[in-house]
Amino acid sequence: MPNPHGGKLVNRVLKGQERIAAIENAEDLEKIEVTDAIASDIENLAKGVFSPLEGFMNSEELESVLHLMRLPSDLAWTIPILINAPKSKTAQLSNGDKLALYFKGELLAQMHLEEAYDFDNDELAKHTFGTLDSTHPGVAMVKKLEGIFLGGKVDLINEPKETFDQYKLEPLETRVLFEEKGWKTVVGFQTRNPPHLGHEYVQKTALAFVDGVFINPVIGKKKRGDFKDNVILEAYNALMKSYYLKESVVMSILPFEMRYAGPREAIFHAIVRKNFGCTHFIIGRDHAGVGNFYGPYDAQKIFSDFPDLGISPLFFKSFFFCKRCNAVTNEKACPHNEREHVNFSGTKIRKMLSEGEVPPKELMRPEVAEVIFSHPNPFV
Amino acid sequence: MPKKDEKKKFTTVSIPSPLFKKVEERIKGTGFTSVSSYVAYVLREIIAEEEEEEEPFSEEDKERVKERLRALGYID
Repeated sequence: MPNPHGGKLVNRVLKGQERIAAIENAEDLEKIEVTDAIASDIENLAKGVFSPLEGFMNSEELESVLHLMRLPSDLAWTIPILINAPKSKTAQLSNGDKLALYFKGELLAQMHLEEAYDFDNDELAKHTFGTLDSTHPGVAMVKKLEGIFLGGKVDLINEPKETFDQYKLEPLETRVLFEEKGWKTVVGFQTRNPPHLGHEYVQKTALAFVDGVFINPVIGKKKRGDFKDNVILEAYNALMKSYYLKESVVMSILPFEMRYAGPREAIFHAIVRKNFGCTHFIIGRDHAGVGNFYGPYDAQKIFSDFPDLGISPLFFKSFFFCKRCNAVTNEKACPHNEREHVNFSGTKIRKMLSEGEVPPKELMRPEVAEVIFSHPNPFV
Repeated sequence: MPKKDEKKKFTTVSIPSPLFKKVEERIKGTGFTSVSSYVAYVLREIIAEEEEEEEPFSEEDKERVKERLRALGYID
């Protein structure tokens, strides 16, 4: 099993007396209400999903990540992890002060303020996403950021209440689980869609080389037209029940707001799965991309800049169904003309489903389609 | 915010000139744009390989976690 990124799994979840004291002290602290996305980040920071980060980035870390794709320690890190707050909230604060972070009116965490700093939103967007085009959802989100950024460690005081707790495992838990299952090698699979046959073939092809597959759907705010979280989870349960060996597959969720940062986010996703204990990570076509902002295989090419990542990427070309082969295959294996190919286009499958059309079994398992159709509106 | 020229933190190391020339030849036609970027790549690779394995959990943690995993149906 690989070491956590940076060598140590971060644990900043307060327990016992420490937690009780933090709850009592929170009353006297400056209060900041955080968004769903930031609440997820806080939980991920505290539970080691973002190891070695222990808190939100200060300006030195942010500069380093934006310009070098590394933390100041030279450790690979590609996505800024930031919290912003209204300037009025921090005007009276000094470095070293604590803040109380609230989510939906409930105390979530405390933050040890190291630095409050201004940053240019355009520079942040340009480096993170490689564009300033506001039709990119990540750019649009960054351009809307207001106030001031806060850097500093966080301690989780209360778990955010979530709908899918039974599917939520933290890195310590997945590491114990993989060990219990006797898996020496584990491939991580990131998803934000119900599975079609292309996904299944990618996972099963990877399984030929490793002991287990860790399906890790991203749960959280999505784009309009994306599948709802419960639909994705139910669809995967149906697939796993009928088509996977129980001893070879595990699914748990990752609460996280997608940034759609393409290649940079692919590296970040790999680091997160390394922290969960994966030795390998699947990178397909246009991983974490959106629209035509990134080349189809940019998210694979970027891995050549990170020989020290500590998790091995498994690159896949797109799978498709070939009518002549009568099988799911890919361009490396199939000699037939493109006319014979049926592509696993997510857009096409979504359109079919939204029009009430059952996708052919060459595209999607009937059990998966059935789950999707059991929801009157499966889309966000 | 630091000025532009302070953003990239680099320092100089010395290598023998013949080795520098060999590396220069070696990286022609590759994605490496300089001897420095190649040397940094190789060093990072070596340092990552030499990282020691570290047990991230104690036996106590493990038993507590196993209990939850059993309750959730992940293990029998």
